[in-house]
Amino acid sequence: MKSAVVVFPGINRERDMARTLELISGRAPAMVWHGEGELPAGTDLVVIPGGFSYGDYLRCGAIAARSPIMDAVRAFAARGGLTLGVCNGFQILCEAGLLPGVLMRNENLRFICRDVYLKVERSDTPFTRGYNAGQVIRVPVAHGEGNYIADGETIARLEGERRVIFRYSSPDGMIDPNWNHNGAINAIAGIINERGNVLGMMPHPENHVETVMGVTDGRRLFAGLVDALAQAA
Amino acid sequence: MQTGPVIRNEPKITPELVAEHGLRPDEYQRVLDLIGREPSLTELGIFSAMWNEHCSYKSSKVHLRTLPTKGAHVIQGPGENAGVIDIGDGLACVFKMESHNHPSYIEPYQGAATGVGGILRDVFTMGARPIACLNALSFGAPGHPKTRHLVSGVVAGIGGYGNSFGVPTVGGSVRFHARYDGNCLVNAMAVGIAEKDKIFYAAASGVGMPIVYLGSKTGRDGIHGASMASAEFGEDADAKRPTVQVGDPFSEKLLLEACLEIMHKGCVIAIQDMGAAGLTCSAVEMGAKGDLGVTLDLDRVPCREEGMSAYEMMLSESQERMLMVLKPEKEKEAEAIFRKWGLDFAVVGQTTPGKRFVVRHGGDVMADLPIKELGDQAPEYKRPFISAAKPAAIDAEDVAAPTGIAEALERLIGAPDLCSRRWVWEQYDHIILGNTVQRPGGDAAVVRVENGPKGLALTTDVTPRYCEADPFEGGKQAVAECWRNLTAVGARPLAITDNLNFGNPERPEIMGQFVGCIRGIAEACKALDFPVVSGNVSLYNETNGRAILPTPSIGGVGLIDDFTKSASLAFKREGEAILLVGETTGWLGQSMYLRELCGREEGAPPPVDLIEERENGDFVRALILDGTATAAHDLSDGGLAVALAEMAIAHGIGAALNAAPDDIPAHAYWFGEDQARYLITVPQGKAEAVLGRARAASVPVWAIGTTGGDALTLAGERPILVTILRERFEGWLPAYMVGEVAKA
Repeated sequence: MKSAVVVFPGINRERDMARTLELISGRAPAMVWHGEGELPAGTDLVVIPGGFSYGDYLRCGAIAARSPIMDAVRAFAARGGLTLGVCNGFQILCEAGLLPGVLMRNENLRFICRDVYLKVERSDTPFTRGYNAGQVIRVPVAHGEGNYIADGETIARLEGERRVIFRYSSPDGMIDPNWNHNGAINAIAGIINERGNVLGMMPHPENHVETVMGVTDGRRLFAGLVDALAQAA
Repeated sequence: MQTGPVIRNEPKITPELVAEHGLRPDEYQRVLDLIGREPSLTELGIFSAMWNEHCSYKSSKVHLRTLPTKGAHVIQGPGENAGVIDIGDGLACVFKMESHNHPSYIEPYQGAATGVGGILRDVFTMGARPIACLNALSFGAPGHPKTRHLVSGVVAGIGGYGNSFGVPTVGGSVRFHARYDGNCLVNAMAVGIAEKDKIFYAAASGVGMPIVYLGSKTGRDGIHGASMASAEFGEDADAKRPTVQVGDPFSEKLLLEACLEIMHKGCVIAIQDMGAAGLTCSAVEMGAKGDLGVTLDLDRVPCREEGMSAYEMMLSESQERMLMVLKPEKEKEAEAIFRKWGLDFAVVGQTTPGKRFVVRHGGDVMADLPIKELGDQAPEYKRPFISAAKPAAIDAEDVAAPTGIAEALERLIGAPDLCSRRWVWEQYDHIILGNTVQRPGGDAAVVRVENGPKGLALTTDVTPRYCEADPFEGGKQAVAECWRNLTAVGARPLAITDNLNFGNPERPEIMGQFVGCIRGIAEACKALDFPVVSGNVSLYNETNGRAILPTPSIGGVGLIDDFTKSASLAFKREGEAILLVGETTGWLGQSMYLRELCGREEGAPPPVDLIEERENGDFVRALILDGTATAAHDLSDGGLAVALAEMAIAHGIGAALNAAPDDIPAHAYWFGEDQARYLITVPQGKAEAVLGRARAASVPVWAIGTTGGDALTLAGERPILVTILRERFEGWLPAYMVGEVAKA
């Protein structure tokens, strides 16, 4: 796996992401600065990590989405390249038009950092092949603006095309407002594009890969990507 | 009697102007004697910035010198931007705690946010990458009309800055007391890791070296912030809002990366962040510490606003700025790095041989002052102090027993000062960087150092009501509890930072509290080999003549060689033996029981026997590290029963406890706050051996019960379901914050 982590000013989970990618794939990712016009040759996975790109000023993800490097990311995704956006990365993918919808402020208007439970809706994507459909995993969230929303038509389409990949759930997989910490519509935590090669998600699987954190449920997302790319090659 | 260059002297310096700058007549006379002429307004501003209490430590210095600051692992003690200790493997831990009390009361979000920003800068200024933040917060009574607003704003501000900057906030403390009604306390601590032989200091060296301004532009915000922090509040506190700065964590993150990059490239001779009193304080400190003069050319300072005067530029406290002395041959390389990160970079002056601080603006000399007297030779006072009479100890027999121990425990575990702080720490990103081994809510946080196996244990502690009743014992207790919390996770305590918050030092009784606490802290630090390596003093925490409780916050750092061996407080398995380590007498004076259930804040606080602390702590740490102890928890506020409840709540496992011994009243046994105590659990089969080891080491240990079941059962009392305890524990703070309860 030859991954690239895109770094905008104010992104702050790039080190977490890079460490995880190296741990799981055995190869350190290329760190790509926002001002660069191209991705390194041979890149087969692009990751936009979490943080506060451009301080979340204007609107979270809005400025980063218009950065020079994003043209290269759009072209990469258009060629079918695997693209993962986590937290601020999800917000940037939405702002860049690679995924539909927006992330609004959490319903309770506060930043929330805690472990949440996610129901994995599908296992037939390159991102979730390491999980079973219906499986519940535990990963942390850390965001102030993770409340996913889109117009009714878009939501109906996302649901109809089974493009909701992760939903906030109870530990036993029930979709329940009490376990939906940010108020996202239909408890949406992560979605995929039509073609199935671009995933955006609010929770941080990269922070639950080592026993140091007590839980390792995030590992299989990255291990699955490694497998998918090995198979494709 | 003019000496030196002619400095324009408009406006005339009047006694009113001197008073407005917080200088007393005798201090102003000292200025006149020192420079032999009337100062310019800019110079008056500079003196006011350097000689106020916040920057000069003029009331506290003489006492701070008595603190033990040396130790085998101490690399840098107090006096620099932060303290530095050796943690082995060529690495150093850099840390400090600092207050931002006055600004946080006036504008809680920005006050707290810039407090976090300031302490982070102190740490990365020394070449360290920040790896964790903590804080210690004190608010007024829950029922006070401003308290909820302050809690909400301060917590959001701490989170807003730290989360965006990208450092985990892993621990801290929150308390409520009416004595903080007019003065909340916001003490922020930052911890960083650096290579031991690549620490950067403030002292400039070499004549004619370029002094470079880096970071954000200078605006008119925060002018006189340090002077504000050196005066009491009156009714007009809200009118001081313009003196509070505005934080920009986005710029600070860029500044961090840019600073670490130019340090790594070997460009930096000396570096100082612009904190309190901004450009003035940073330039003077760099020169004074290096025995050099400094000349600044203000025409080259990047300004955010037009038409700023020399006076305004010298006193601005705009955030996210740094001053550096660079190696001349590396200037271009450093500039390119800063441009890449989109930050301002300007050569604004140079070092000079003459030990003068010269400020030029628009072709004129605006200030020409002796730099040593401004900096490390500022005035120093031996203020008079009186020690209050020590309150008599309270006999447990004279404290009303509750209707039932179970009822009392249910109330205590949901009391504002004992209930869960989850509502607070869930607003802090406590997992970023992926190294948080023990998250908030335990005795101390544990963070992995780089890729391990080493871990650092971190905590902040103080019990202000003990300090108020007996400053000496309270000072000892703050250090001992910090040491105990680090020990309870299995760490070897290494060093502390102290953040000393008190009232008006011009009042002898306040000075008495200060001196007493310092003596207690010094004694405990000596006995526990736990030196002070950095700190901060915040005085004048008073409104309309009413001072805060004396609050010397202690931030501690401990080292654990293998983080996987650290212990947490949760009961792990059913059927394990619960052991109580340390002597229990049933000390109820100044206890939470006495305050929350009897409405009495009285008596002497529990005495701290430092020899027992050490022996009991060393015993517990050894049991954790050899894998015998499966859980460990220190006993503090609320005593034995509250500690048991916390251990049960954590993983939802109950316990059955033996009855109180006959010679101690039940409520004193369960809720007394005797010091030097821990609870541990061990597998049933190992209990006898542990008791044997305790006897051999002369450490008092009793087997007092067994884990298991879904309830906490104290023999002879009504069992309490752990779910009920958890509801109580988790309930109060969220309910309070949405206005459902005014007060417990």
